[in-house]
Amino acid sequence: MEASERRVISVIVINESSVLSRITDLFSARGYNITSLTVAPIPESKYSRLTIVTSGSVRVIEQITKQLHKLIPVLRVYEHADLVEKEMAMVKFPANENIADISTLCEAYNGKIVNVGENVIIVMVADEPKRVENYLKLIKRYNPKEIVRSGAVALER
Amino acid sequence: MQISGAQMVIEALIAEEVTTVFGYPGGAIMNVYDEIYKQDGFQHILTRHEQAAIHAAEGYSKASGKVGVAMITSGPGFTNAVTGLADAYMDSIPLVVISGQVPMSLIGTDAFQEIDAVGISRSCTKHNYLVTCAADLPRVLKEAFHIAATGRPGPVHVDIPKDVTAEIAEFDYDIDLNLETYKPHVKGNPRQIKKAMEAIANAKRPLFYLGGGIINANAAYDVRDLVHKTGIPAVETFMARGTLSYDDDLLVGMLGMHGSYASNMAMSETDLVIALGARFDDRVTGKLSEFAKNAGVIHVDIDPASISKLVNADYPIVGDVKNVVNDMLNLVDKIDSKKYETWRNVIKQFEELHPLAYHEDTDRIKPQWVVERVGELLGDDANISTDVGQHQMWSGQFYPFTRPRQFISSGGLGTMGFGFPAAIGVKAASPEKTSINFTGDGSILMNCQELMTAVEKKIPVINIILNNNYLGMVRQWQTLFYDKRHSETDLSVQPDFVKLAEAFGGIGYRVKTKEEFDAALKDAVEKNIVAFIEVIVERMENVMPMVPSGGSLFNMMLLEKKGAK
Repeated sequence: MEASERRVISVIVINESSVLSRITDLFSARGYNITSLTVAPIPESKYSRLTIVTSGSVRVIEQITKQLHKLIPVLRVYEHADLVEKEMAMVKFPANENIADISTLCEAYNGKIVNVGENVIIVMVADEPKRVENYLKLIKRYNPKEIVRSGAVALER
Repeated sequence: MQISGAQMVIEALIAEEVTTVFGYPGGAIMNVYDEIYKQDGFQHILTRHEQAAIHAAEGYSKASGKVGVAMITSGPGFTNAVTGLADAYMDSIPLVVISGQVPMSLIGTDAFQEIDAVGISRSCTKHNYLVTCAADLPRVLKEAFHIAATGRPGPVHVDIPKDVTAEIAEFDYDIDLNLETYKPHVKGNPRQIKKAMEAIANAKRPLFYLGGGIINANAAYDVRDLVHKTGIPAVETFMARGTLSYDDDLLVGMLGMHGSYASNMAMSETDLVIALGARFDDRVTGKLSEFAKNAGVIHVDIDPASISKLVNADYPIVGDVKNVVNDMLNLVDKIDSKKYETWRNVIKQFEELHPLAYHEDTDRIKPQWVVERVGELLGDDANISTDVGQHQMWSGQFYPFTRPRQFISSGGLGTMGFGFPAAIGVKAASPEKTSINFTGDGSILMNCQELMTAVEKKIPVINIILNNNYLGMVRQWQTLFYDKRHSETDLSVQPDFVKLAEAFGGIGYRVKTKEEFDAALKDAVEKNIVAFIEVIVERMENVMPMVPSGGSLFNMMLLEKKGAK
């Protein structure tokens, strides 16, 4: 077995109906992994940009980029080498947890408290995916009730 | 001009110079069929099953080199066609398949005969469209034909809701297609081509590995030129049969699971594989780690994703194989064909050691003899379609092919039931040639209703049924690898094939001797109506040589040596 490595691929597509299914169908049909996938329109254009985090051997990653290229509405495929990557996570804590601790911790990870309610505190952090993962490990002791991650977005340097 | 969506379909087909459409009407496509009734720009051939309409369009396309067109209705009409779409996708056959859909207002409501057609066809087409307004139709249809025929060809599916076919909009087919996201790379990189030619000049035992892409690209005669000028031996894939003529000295034969001993040994001994329009399919390569183990690889293909997918290419060249081969021909004077004399002699010895052969050792006709005999009697005058199974492999092995587009078979998907409707399409495209379908007693029943199409439209396809009362290829595997447990492959209970053909208005023959076969074939050719020639052949005959699934090409099961024919 060739070593499997994590890769980030950006795909620019024409923003038309079913284009997202074409991409995800390709991954499932050919047995490729999707770790995360984000998609949003590119402002003032007819395109959307997808950021796909995937893993596979060098040969598999090469196949993924080539197969993505073959899809008709795909304009460009970038397999990133040198990139800036960010991900956001939101976490819901019970209101009876230590709010000062929670606040300090999220600030260390580029975040803040975004909502304090009667029963819950909601926090957001935005950082590199690895650091977001770290953060999520650290907060376990504060009994998070719900966690949502956005998936990574990336730009080449 | 302001016309309905249905009229647009007709106008677009005529503008694309379509002369034959295969199809089957139904509720959601009725507006289009109403316009078909009124027009005389093309003929419509009504098949008796939607699957057959697609296979007929495939046969038509493969024989003519044009885009095949089929038309079907929504729901079951479409789902019946899916096998055909998948078949065309696997074998890179350019088709435009138009299906009806329930009206826009009913989409998503589980309406009568509604199915998410584009959702289903996405994974078995090159591209697909759901047309949501008539104004889009001219562009969509023009794109569909363009995408189907260019780059690596393939089927394109256009799904049109019924209300869109009734809607009136402006029709102008004179559109400039500007597909900024679709630009196939057709010109090979000159530097890479030069390097590849240098590698060929330096090789001692180079070997051409010719694939079906050559035929799709209409490059067979250019390839013949290149092979002859370099003096380098060539093996063909099943899909490439006819690229070189069977009597070409440099043609070693077909390679792969049922390839000849010499072809598979040549591939195992070569030091440079020159792959042209081939995709290293598992039925060709056998065990990948042992495939052409000591060889460099030049890989020419229009599809970048085919290159280094399974076997790493040392000289990848993305481009249309016709362009690339012509670029190679411009550099061919650097190659000294005498250099490969020793290598050619090595291959000659392989050929002499285990030639492609069979034994005439029973009273019953041998299936291979039938294929050879048709070759002797009809040769270049016949186009050969096949179904799937043992008869298919024997056709690939033993028919003396003389030209590209002579051999039409379901290679990638392996679709039983392909042959008869495909042979109807072949005959429609190429009426001057006899259209033969080699089939088996299993395969023929999978689309035998097409007797009706052939009778009604007077399309005289000759179906030669090699009847061994078995689902022969599966039986062969059971005999060899499942300790002779012939599970559900004994087809002893059969229809009367002669009466079956006659019931539809065709002609049937049942033959047990060689003399009867010759007479039946002669009669069928003269009668010029659709025919079944049922040949009772040896039941337990196996296709040999055989590389067991997953084995190495050089480890072949071979024909037993005895007074070989």
